Amino acid sequence: MNKESAKLYSTVDAMEEIASTKEASEGRSSWECVLLSRQQNRPSASYYIHQICDEFMELHGDRYYGDDKAMITGIGTMGGRAVTFIGNRKGANMKENISCNYGMSNPEGYRKALRAAKQAEKFNRPVICFIDTPGAYPGLGAEQRGIGEAIARNLKEFATLRVPVLSFIIGEGGSGGALGIGIGDKLYMLENAVYSVITPEGFASILLRDPSQAQSAAEAMKMTSRDLKEFQIIHDIIPEAPGGAHTDPAFTANAIKETIERDLDNLCTKTPENLVRYRLRKIRNIDVQLHSDNPETSTKLLEVFTKCRL
Amino acid sequence: MSKQIQCPSCHRVFDYDVVASYLKVCPKCGYHHRLTPAERISSIADENSFAEFPFTYAFPNPIGLEGYQEKISQSRDKANLEEAVITGECTIDGRPCVVAVMSFDFMGGSMGSVVGEKIAEAMIEGALRHEPVIIFTASGGARMQEGIFSLMQMAKTSAAAALLEKTLTPLFIVLTHPTTGGVTASFAMLGDVNLAEKGALIGFAGPRVIEGTIGEKLPAGFQSAEFQLEKGFIDAIVAREDMKKTLSFLIRVHMGENSNE
Repeated sequence: MNKESAKLYSTVDAMEEIASTKEASEGRSSWECVLLSRQQNRPSASYYIHQICDEFMELHGDRYYGDDKAMITGIGTMGGRAVTFIGNRKGANMKENISCNYGMSNPEGYRKALRAAKQAEKFNRPVICFIDTPGAYPGLGAEQRGIGEAIARNLKEFATLRVPVLSFIIGEGGSGGALGIGIGDKLYMLENAVYSVITPEGFASILLRDPSQAQSAAEAMKMTSRDLKEFQIIHDIIPEAPGGAHTDPAFTANAIKETIERDLDNLCTKTPENLVRYRLRKIRNIDVQLHSDNPETSTKLLEVFTKCRL
Repeated sequence: MSKQIQCPSCHRVFDYDVVASYLKVCPKCGYHHRLTPAERISSIADENSFAEFPFTYAFPNPIGLEGYQEKISQSRDKANLEEAVITGECTIDGRPCVVAVMSFDFMGGSMGSVVGEKIAEAMIEGALRHEPVIIFTASGGARMQEGIFSLMQMAKTSAAAALLEKTLTPLFIVLTHPTTGGVTASFAMLGDVNLAEKGALIGFAGPRVIEGTIGEKLPAGFQSAEFQLEKGFIDAIVAREDMKKTLSFLIRVHMGENSNE
């Protein structure tokens, strides 16, 4: 088992009180958000799914290799509407943490997620993703079974999925492992969630050459919901109770539910083709500031759209 | 007397011109020295057929990281390149294609906004022209200095690969040493055909990270091109001297015999 993660979690448990005593996220530092996002008792994907759904059935397995417990997939109903859910799973206690690999999926987790998404596309169900992972699992088996290929395929397939896809970063949004279920029409973050290309610990040891600089790395990386809203990487911030989502889980669950209902009412009216075009344009324009004087980019994309069936 | 070069693998010393005449493959042990993008392009493109797409990008420092601009300037001098990828068009045995070549010499070939943008643009250009896109990868992964924007390049390049697929335009990837991280977990694994060079390190997590996870040394050859071939993630390992004719064959069988007319 991953000793690093176990160590990380025990530090987090010791420090979590500091973070959760703060009144509101405006006053929280990036590092405090990092701690809150990793907190053991932070509401999980599984919690939100069961709160939001009238009924839910978990579906297991990727049909190739196995069933990755670090990824939950299944079908639920929300007010008569069938919805496919995909989420990372860290586990609610130490025993579950271990069986769920601390939320770090192997390739079969990403392939299970893709299977759920393609099934949703086939039966015209929207897809809701809950992201909460330190990253994909950097292990031997993961490499042998092609973790890179599994994530890459998800990025490509989710980009053109013909049903609405909403993603919520509910805790840790760790790098490619988070992105692997993070491509969609709308991306939201909970107030105290974080999203980054590498952990602050990794950033500190690689770029600052000093692992003890994780706190200042967290600030420099701009990884909080406020930062990413400003960058327009996310659409909006989902509020948490002042003490953090764990102090009033139902409050956040309700806010998520309202967001889903509002967006699905809107997105489900679009034709699949328009939905995909809108999503591809959004992805294409992520860093449009690179050549703001170049209107050719969108013209070219529109031209490609005329050459294919989406 | 010409410059001498020592092979890091078999330690023999050769005249540079001799090694260069073998496309920088060690004549004794077959070790693949790194090629510059210009050398790479001349090894596969018809003579004088390559035209680079213009470089029109502002310097991005999206998270305002201190020292990043200086780092870019240094890399530009060191690698003699504007960024970690060159893109353009060329012909191979008379057939047109779009080509992108990454350079590990420029900040470890890391993918920031400009690299991601250039690769996505090359793919979209290929989709528009319906010309095959060939990408030589060499990268340590996402460029952390650009924070979340570097992660987003994985999304952008993979979405561009989806457009190639939807327009039935072939994408050929050639994985060269080393290709890891966010590049492996995006367009580098999305080729209709994935080729690799002998001995190239190809993987998602770096070897040291995995060793940290499992607490032991990795077996020899783990994550090598040969390993990826055995595990089913690449189609073939192609010798450097055969790369042009292999790509030429692939273009011909995908675009038709008359695609050079």
